[in-house]
Amino acid sequence: MAIVETRSLTKVFKEGQPGAVNNVSLQTREGEFLVFLGPSGSGKTTLLRMIAGLEQPTAGEILIGGAVVNHLPPRERRIAMVFQSYALYPHLTVFQNIAFPLKAQKVKKELHQQKVDWAASLLGIGKLLNRKPRELSGGERQRVALARAIVREPTVFLLDEPLSNLDAKLRAAAREELEEFQKRIGTTTIYVTHDQVEAMAMGDRVVVLHQGIVRQIGTPKEVYDDPADTFVATFLGSPPMNLLEAEDVIVGFRPERFLPSELLTPGGEQAAKNFQPQSVLVADVKDPLKRIPLRFRVEIVEYLGAERILYGYLAGTRFEKKLVYSRIPSSVLANYAANSIYDFAVPESELRFFDPATEKRIAPKAFQWQ
Amino acid sequence: MSNRKLGAVMFLPAILYVLAVVGVPFVLAFIYSVGDVKIASVGYHFVGLENFRSVLQSPTFRRSLYDSVVFTVGTQIIVLVGSTILALALKEHFRGRGLVRFLILLPWVAPVSLGAIGWKWILDSLYSVINWVLIAVHLVRPFEEPMWLGEPSLAMMSVIGVESWRLLPFSTVILLAGLTAIPRDIPEAAAVDGAGFWRTMFQITIPMMLPIVNVAVLFGIIFTFTDMTVVYILTRGGPYDTTQVLPSLAFFTGVLGGDLAEGAAISIFLVPLLMAVAYLMLRVAHRSEVA
Repeated sequence: MAIVETRSLTKVFKEGQPGAVNNVSLQTREGEFLVFLGPSGSGKTTLLRMIAGLEQPTAGEILIGGAVVNHLPPRERRIAMVFQSYALYPHLTVFQNIAFPLKAQKVKKELHQQKVDWAASLLGIGKLLNRKPRELSGGERQRVALARAIVREPTVFLLDEPLSNLDAKLRAAAREELEEFQKRIGTTTIYVTHDQVEAMAMGDRVVVLHQGIVRQIGTPKEVYDDPADTFVATFLGSPPMNLLEAEDVIVGFRPERFLPSELLTPGGEQAAKNFQPQSVLVADVKDPLKRIPLRFRVEIVEYLGAERILYGYLAGTRFEKKLVYSRIPSSVLANYAANSIYDFAVPESELRFFDPATEKRIAPKAFQWQ
Repeated sequence: MSNRKLGAVMFLPAILYVLAVVGVPFVLAFIYSVGDVKIASVGYHFVGLENFRSVLQSPTFRRSLYDSVVFTVGTQIIVLVGSTILALALKEHFRGRGLVRFLILLPWVAPVSLGAIGWKWILDSLYSVINWVLIAVHLVRPFEEPMWLGEPSLAMMSVIGVESWRLLPFSTVILLAGLTAIPRDIPEAAAVDGAGFWRTMFQITIPMMLPIVNVAVLFGIIFTFTDMTVVYILTRGGPYDTTQVLPSLAFFTGVLGGDLAEGAAISIFLVPLLMAVAYLMLRVAHRSEVA
């Protein structure tokens, strides 16, 4: 177990061009599952590769277990890495693949069998030991790669999008398995992904990266509910947070908080069942939940099974040209049709405020809707 | 004109070329090897395997067969080791890599006869620059310099050296292609797994290159075994046939010696040998691909 720390870590690939990683300082906790989340080109993989020792930083320091490791080659950092492609050795059997780190670390030969068996049984691949990688399915390869990573009991696990080559169904199962597996072995893990669902589901904390800069570090709940800036607000969530830009402030609210008025009153779920959209046209402004009533002109309705996404415009406000989204769970039985106007509302507590100049989060302030 | 006809017409020159330059001589050689044809002789009498019997009994032929094997194997070893090192070095990024790649390719691009003539002067008994340098740095005393093409073992080393020089670029390019095809992740995974330079080289990189190495060796063997240019220009098979290889012997016997039938028998002798080599190498390549 070890703590990984970076201090003002910077990587510039070509002089004069913007860095792939800029001045990143962060620290994992003991046994933590830390996720680097960002779009492609955000520098998350470069950051991971620098921690692994596969890339030399241009500036800054990397510490593993309290010691600076900048000058150490990958093999002396006591880390294990799972690559996006798994990078299994194609000419070796599964057994030889898993045993390779043991051989390379000059672990006594008598122990190889025992350790490989332990790693293989932990991942349920005991029956595959004599196969070659090309004879394995995607999910099996991923397990072999994990077994190869844990076999020598590293202090830190680095995972570079290990699930991105699996199909959607397998990915969900593998995600759960990986998470459970990490909890069991308790090794500090850094996980790189561009998939926000993976990040939210697996991470103890999430580091949101953009253009090589750390935008926010926090628990999944923190980065989702309290984004530090407009990038985090729109990168997380699908559809993203609605952002309304005024001269001196940007106001944001999540689509799932922007709901038909009657759903936001106590007992709203019950009311929704008998809901006749056309019959309720005036929003109740004196609501105890202190909500902001908005007239929502729906343009498109997307039915996604578990929920509906409504695309439309805020009628009668000064943001009439701005497309906004609403997410309504399918448990709400009321029907919403395109080209109609409904009474919607946002609880005031769900509004987030950002500075238009810096795009950073600011304290709530007065805001003109009309 | 229909597509079918057009296709056939477009294809015709290639077929004619192969037939005229490879097919006809091959069939002729086969017919000659079981006949009694000499230059300027009239008529043809079938003599069965008589030519092969007489060839096999000749000490010169046996010597040439032995020389051919030494020449081929020796060249392949040098080329294989050299081109592996070169390919590994040229894969790395360094300043002037393009220039180095170009220089290394030159021997392959230059006509083999011109290259061999250049080497003939380099290895010449009187004007050898190698000897001149050796004398200049006092490694060798004047008038005691080695006769590169005049002593049996030195002559063999010289022809092997020149043939290797010629084949090295070709082999390097093939290996470089194979090396570039190895995903970058794999040596990186090995590095993270704790492997150093040599372990990565011998347990990961080289085993993964094996199928392509097979291709390079297969071509190398065929090129070397059938080549007579280097030997012909440098030593003419001498001294005392110690560098005589089968293709040059076939040429000397059949064309210069006028015994077409025996020359044909010598050259036909190569066919089953090369086919066996090709079959073996393709099998190995296939197996490493499937396994």
